Amino acid sequence: MYNKALEVNSLTVAYHDNPVLWDINVSVPEGVLMGIVGPNGAGKSTFIKSVLGLIKPVAGSTKIYGKPYKEIRKKVAYVPQRGSVDWDFPTTVLDVVTMGLYGDLGWIKRPGKKEKETALYALDKLGMEQYKNRQISMLSGGQQQRTFLARALVQKADLYLMDEPFQGVDAFTEKIIVNLLKELKREGKTIVAVHHDLETVSEYFDWVMMLNTRCIAFGPCEDIFVGENIKKTYCNQPVYSLVTKNNFKNSYVSEERV
Amino acid sequence: MIDNITYLFKDYTLKTVILGCVILGITSGILGTFAVLRKQSLLGDAISHSALPGIVIAFLLTGSRSPVILLTGALFAGWFSSLCMMLIVRYTKIKYDGALAIILSVFFGFGMVMLSIVQKLPNSRQAGLNKFLFGQAATLLREDIFTMGILAAVSLLITFALWKEFKLLSFNSEFGNIVGFPMKKLDLLLTCLIVISIVVGLQTVGVVLMSAMLIAPAAASRQWTDRLEIMAVLGGLFGALSGITGAIISSSTSKMPTGPLIVLVSFIIFLFSLLFAPKRGILKKLYYTYNNNLKIKQDIILTNLYHSETKNIDSIIQNELWVFDKKLIKIIKKMEQANLLKRHDQSLELTLTGLKRVKHILLVGDSYE
Ligand SMILES: Nc1ncnc2c1ncn2[C@@H]1O[C@H](COP(=O)(O)OP(=O)(O)O)[C@@H](O)[C@H]1O
Ligand SMILES: [Mg+2]
Repeated sequence: MYNKALEVNSLTVAYHDNPVLWDINVSVPEGVLMGIVGPNGAGKSTFIKSVLGLIKPVAGSTKIYGKPYKEIRKKVAYVPQRGSVDWDFPTTVLDVVTMGLYGDLGWIKRPGKKEKETALYALDKLGMEQYKNRQISMLSGGQQQRTFLARALVQKADLYLMDEPFQGVDAFTEKIIVNLLKELKREGKTIVAVHHDLETVSEYFDWVMMLNTRCIAFGPCEDIFVGENIKKTYCNQPVYSLVTKNNFKNSYVSEERV
Repeated sequence: MIDNITYLFKDYTLKTVILGCVILGITSGILGTFAVLRKQSLLGDAISHSALPGIVIAFLLTGSRSPVILLTGALFAGWFSSLCMMLIVRYTKIKYDGALAIILSVFFGFGMVMLSIVQKLPNSRQAGLNKFLFGQAATLLREDIFTMGILAAVSLLITFALWKEFKLLSFNSEFGNIVGFPMKKLDLLLTCLIVISIVVGLQTVGVVLMSAMLIAPAAASRQWTDRLEIMAVLGGLFGALSGITGAIISSSTSKMPTGPLIVLVSFIIFLFSLLFAPKRGILKKLYYTYNNNLKIKQDIILTNLYHSETKNIDSIIQNELWVFDKKLIKIIKKMEQANLLKRHDQSLELTLTGLKRVKHILLVGDSYE
């Protein structure tokens, strides 16, 4: 077994002439629950999309379990940012979750009973079974997020890439998602998730990647997620919230920045 | 009246016209569903206007007026215009809507110039090209129907076969890439099918109005359902209904143009759906808002009455003045009718039902959905 789930070598991505990711080098061991943190516009979504081949990088390469993405596509699941789709689209929760199985079905073939059962099982895991026939515009933010997670679950992947799975969800949904992430980890899966709440990073994740165009720091939370790195990552941002919440005892964020 | 209609259906020319209008309606209704959901309505408009130079050039090159050749010209020009738009968006700083406007006006203007040049040529056969501007259903021949039918059948068959792929493309194309479908190619294919559905209607409705047939039936059907499948079927039905109605009205009334009539009927269906659809209709929304507001106002009165010591109607009115003004008396009357409170001269008393509701409000918090 290959013990690196994700390897990224000197990845550089630009939109037009504006570099968004600069020379990123990371390698994520298998079975790790990794968070990506960084300010808005740091390139977190871009990083995930580049790994998935949705954006063509200027330079660099990514390997998943030692292979290029195209060869190992079926082993990778994706949870896009919730706001990236139109939730008024005329379809139901069950239908959306079934979309995770379209790839296995192949061209033209329609989903049948087996696919429906798989989708229902995933919905059940996220406590969403009673909403299976609901029109997706009638869901709360947390329910929308759980629908997307269920869709990623049916992909039966080994590596899960999630873009802000905790964004705009209530405490109840947050708990469900955290439990799911831990369960996936127990099963030996690797998870990479963009995260926004700095207070819960160490609690939810065991590794962290701190991103702001460059990769500021990368590794196990207890070694890496310290005040100095946080300050470097958020150097162009107001650090007000960090200081007032005063949650980082060894924070080096200087007062005059506030 | 009935006799009139059965007579109409026996009329051979009219049968041809109606058939053409139905084919047009179904195709544009179903493909329009995807155009509307992908917010590509303007794309349809640009493509249909851009078809005009294609038709004229096809005529100039071949000298033929056969629908196969002219519509091939339209197809090619429509496809070429969407390609140009894509290139403009990709390689310049012009945004999508700007690219649409540029392509629409350049292609259509060019088409109009070509058309006027053709009309000056000493060749009597070119007269028929004018009909592509606003359509002329009355001139539809068997050959035209045949061409339209084949184009429609091909595009609908492909749409049916690739249903789940197109659904994925319309809802979440990035995710479609992840599960292994080439979304860029599917996007191109769907755009081609939309071009075909536009071309199907060009002889009947014309380049200027054709995009309305892509938008109106589909937008109307969206009002009635929350399922993509049903929306497409309804869209096709609405399109066909507009086609039939438009054709019949125009043939029973002298000299009414069919194309604009079809578009008008489809617009009426759209307007009706916009207003009266059960869940998404405007009236339903207004009614819902009104009811909710009324309930909130009643709840305020009830709780205030519950807490008020005097139960005096004037003091309640004084209290609520900022909320309702004169309507308060009306609302109180309504509440009396609903048996929420009783009125004795100047004082108000909660009934048992009213008291229950107050307790419910105070215990459970708000009971609004
Ligand atoms: N399609 C795009 N075209 C041009 N610039 C983009 C595009 N997508 C993102 N950007 C820019 O790239 C930067 C990084 O974006 P993103 O990866 O979405 O950041 P994050 O997810 O960390 O908030 C931002 O400055 C954003 O404005
Ligand atoms: Mg993002």
